Amino acid sequence: MAATLKAGRLPGASSKRRRMNWTPYLFLLLPLALYFVWIIAPTFYTIYLSLTNWNGVDPIPGFVGLQNFERLFTKDRTFSEALLNNVRWLVVFITIPTTLGLGLAMIFNNEMRGGRWYKISFYSPLVMSLPVIGLIWGWVYHPRAGLLNGFLQAIGVADPPGWLGDRDLAIWAVIIAAVWRQVGYVMVLYLAGLKNIDPSFVDAARVDGANRWQLFRHVILPLLAPVTTIIVVISIIDSLRAFDLVSIMTRGAQDTQVLANFMYIEAFNNYRMGYGAAIAVVLFAISLIFIGFYLSRVIRDELEY
Amino acid sequence: MTTAAKTTTPPAVQAEARAANMRRLGGSAGLYIFLTVLTIVWLLPVIAAFITSFRTMDEISIQGFWSIPQQFTLTNFNEAWNQARVSRYLGNSFAITIPSLIGMLFLSSLSAYALARYKFRLNLPIYFMFVAGTMLPFQILLLPVFRLTNALGLYNTQFSLILIHTAFQLGFCTFVLRNFMKTVPGEIFDAARVDGAGEFRMFWQIMIPLSLPALAALATLEFTWVFNDYLWAIILLQDDALKPVTAGLATLRGQFNTNWPVITAGALIATLPTLLVFIFLQRYFIQGLTLGSGK
Repeated sequence: MAATLKAGRLPGASSKRRRMNWTPYLFLLLPLALYFVWIIAPTFYTIYLSLTNWNGVDPIPGFVGLQNFERLFTKDRTFSEALLNNVRWLVVFITIPTTLGLGLAMIFNNEMRGGRWYKISFYSPLVMSLPVIGLIWGWVYHPRAGLLNGFLQAIGVADPPGWLGDRDLAIWAVIIAAVWRQVGYVMVLYLAGLKNIDPSFVDAARVDGANRWQLFRHVILPLLAPVTTIIVVISIIDSLRAFDLVSIMTRGAQDTQVLANFMYIEAFNNYRMGYGAAIAVVLFAISLIFIGFYLSRVIRDELEY
Repeated sequence: MTTAAKTTTPPAVQAEARAANMRRLGGSAGLYIFLTVLTIVWLLPVIAAFITSFRTMDEISIQGFWSIPQQFTLTNFNEAWNQARVSRYLGNSFAITIPSLIGMLFLSSLSAYALARYKFRLNLPIYFMFVAGTMLPFQILLLPVFRLTNALGLYNTQFSLILIHTAFQLGFCTFVLRNFMKTVPGEIFDAARVDGAGEFRMFWQIMIPLSLPALAALATLEFTWVFNDYLWAIILLQDDALKPVTAGLATLRGQFNTNWPVITAGALIATLPTLLVFIFLQRYFIQGLTLGSGK
């Protein structure tokens, strides 16, 4: 609204003030209104709710200050378990799919007969919904009749693990299902990145006698750095959002709790909405670090113009 | 990897090239075998689900998964489609997804147009707000949105899902479309302005037709995202008859607890719409995926 202040110097303005151009605001009116009501305001409202003991029924939530957070960080063991599982998820997500996806992208970047079909196989998990993936993998992990243990028994493992029923393995079993989906995504992003590399860099390195590994290590990898950064940020955000697979495969049992599912259980199953809001705020605070990082890059790109 | 040297080459060099070709052929045969094995292992969960959906649970329980199927049956699909109401759930998914798509694409092209074409003080702050919003964890929105839909009398309606999907995806769609629209040269609009075209006409008759490729890519990608949503469906809907197929599958899982052939049949049917979109609009789908990840 302050745009009117600096407009006096424009020639042809009838009064000393230039009339503000409302056109962009007219275009923005509807989308911004919707965005404020359903996205921006709710974010702040959750922060407020995290300071209350709201149970979902009381018309006015009772204010309790930072009690919810205090309990989360000092007394709640499920919270630390969930936090640890999110960290595990995150570490696996930024290492394994990134490496595998890059390797596959390097292979498929070359023209090869039938390459299209191989590529489709790797990104087909991307079109499946997470509940579908959860069910399919749940069947793979089935302790008696499943594909995995059927195979293990066939090769002579007498007592194969229970996978989703095993406290030590369950979270990793869930993460593997998530990785299975993520690899195709990373591959697509790297393939796009590889296409954008100027072939003259590669040719120049070849003329200089670089072998394949040197070419990859010292030319291609550095040129892919911006893509890698985006992929790492996306992977982190996705791993913090992890919910569907845990909800479908284990419901958070067998030490597989993650923050997103923990929040859902506390708020919508146990009706501790204020406490749930506090978990959401912790999740939000962690995300904010990476949102800020990503945003700073977007801002830098804009200001370079 | 092909170094095409079509000039006349001495025989010695030709022989060497032939040897290199042979080596490459050997290498590529190895590569094909490697990739084929890897692909089969990769798709094994899907293959397993596919095979299971044609068998009976009795047979699998008795003889194990790796036994040779004695008989193929279609009853599991029939049961999933009718008894487990997957047909109904799929209809619901479309009833939620299509209006959400129309809503988000229309509204985000409005905001993207404003941000791409006009200079005004709040331009960049609004743009950055949209970008930041795309990365929010859904959990930060669940409780207020739940409360708001209740207050508005929209709880347990598909319209509440359409609203939240439209609103949440506005950020990503605006981000992508704004960057696309920035690449449209301004001179086109100057000419139209001289001809007396109004602001909205320029938007609707010039910018929208020019943005169709980006809109198509976005629509394809967003279709799979909204169609595959599970979280909002379980938060905002209570009636099983209203649920989209993602939430419906969770119900089916409870209902057919140990009957995995029916569960896998349902899961495969549920994937069909997004799979078809992917197969027929693959180019747009891939474009959509890469659109959002920077320029």
